[in-house]
Amino acid sequence: MTLTKRIIPCLDVDKGRVVKGRKFKDLQDVANPITLAKKYDEAGADELVFYDITASNEARDIFVDMVEKVAAEISIPFTVGGGLRTVNDIQKVLRAGADKVSINSAAVKNPQLISDAAAKFGRQCVVLAIDAKQIANSWHVFINGGRVDTGLDAITWAQKAEKLGAGEIVVNAIDTDGEKNGYNLDLNRAIADVVNIPIVASGGAGSMQHFAEALLGGKADAALAASVFHYEEIDIHALKAFLRQQDIPIREVTANEF
Amino acid sequence: MIAIIDYGAGNIKSLQSALSRLDIPSLLTTSKNEIEKADAIILPGVGAFAEAMKQLEKLGLVSLLKSEASKNKPFLGICLGMQMLYETSDEGGECPGLGLFKGKVRLIPDIVKVPHMGWNDLQIKQNVPLLNGIREGSHVYFVHAYFAAEGDTENLVADTAYGVRIPAVVQQGNVFGIQFHPEKSGSIGLQILKNFGELIS
Repeated sequence: MTLTKRIIPCLDVDKGRVVKGRKFKDLQDVANPITLAKKYDEAGADELVFYDITASNEARDIFVDMVEKVAAEISIPFTVGGGLRTVNDIQKVLRAGADKVSINSAAVKNPQLISDAAAKFGRQCVVLAIDAKQIANSWHVFINGGRVDTGLDAITWAQKAEKLGAGEIVVNAIDTDGEKNGYNLDLNRAIADVVNIPIVASGGAGSMQHFAEALLGGKADAALAASVFHYEEIDIHALKAFLRQQDIPIREVTANEF
Repeated sequence: MIAIIDYGAGNIKSLQSALSRLDIPSLLTTSKNEIEKADAIILPGVGAFAEAMKQLEKLGLVSLLKSEASKNKPFLGICLGMQMLYETSDEGGECPGLGLFKGKVRLIPDIVKVPHMGWNDLQIKQNVPLLNGIREGSHVYFVHAYFAAEGDTENLVADTAYGVRIPAVVQQGNVFGIQFHPEKSGSIGLQILKNFGELIS
């Protein structure tokens, strides 16, 4: 047998609530993050991501508090991201119960954050998220929630991040995010081909077939999505059965007796 | 009471909440007195090997953990905690571990993606109480880049395939190592922790 492919619901959290936007805009309130996390755990999600989209410092404490509650309630791994700028910030959420941290803008501004975090906590818990958008014939890395073009080439950045000690890369395609027309397979494959760490496809899932495409042609090790799960357009059980039928290795979930 | 060694790196809260959901009492500690009094010890693990050993040394716990393990007290190393049971690791330069198990910890060969991250299936080699109720092929959650490359085969309880055979559960007397994260492996992982709790007399 073999390592299974992962299905990862992503929860964007603003002031303690899960929200969902399109192309990083027009945020809508969706649910309580803990209720949703438990529901996804029971439905067979392989992992969860919580992304703190709040900017203010006081809301950061609400978020860390939420991380603690999530850790107490669920028994699958979860990653925490959003606003982590220093090794101290990272330590705080890991101590609160997160398994991995996702860093994005802060790593672009200070690449050493990746190596410092990897040295202290192990590279397996350092996830680099790349927000990429096609500009002419290449993909540029965007930061600050997709608002600022760094001019940095996404493929080169992925390779550099791997060398610095990133343990996983989330490839988030800004062009396809929220459109529900499928993941950006070209971008995903381009990055998967040049690094030897797991790749998570993100941005654009609208149907079960899109997940299969990302995990097969897109060469992703995991596929991440938000709204199709939050709005119950795709049921995780049904999705995993569908993927299994296509011979994609998928974890079987046994009933939780505890 | 299980003493969970709190050496400062990584996520140990989830382990403690998993144990409390199973009604197994535990405490996070670095106190020698509390560790000696505890009925069992868990050396948890997310982090980097050299950094973690440095912390244990700084806390003065290296020789204490070795002597506690020799008292037949149930002792469980999880993930990095399992790797620290071995003689040395290549992570962060060749670094000595606790040396309770023979063997070396090495980087997973890059014929596969490293780290080994995700749910992989257990191939059970020995039926032991720690794996009571666990079926062959059960999926458990791994997150690691290094593995116990050269260990005694008689200690091997279960392994998994990832480029090479990765020891997943090892046991020598009452000292156990688990490479995956039972606290993150859904009901399968909770069953294993429950089994460990039942080893406490």
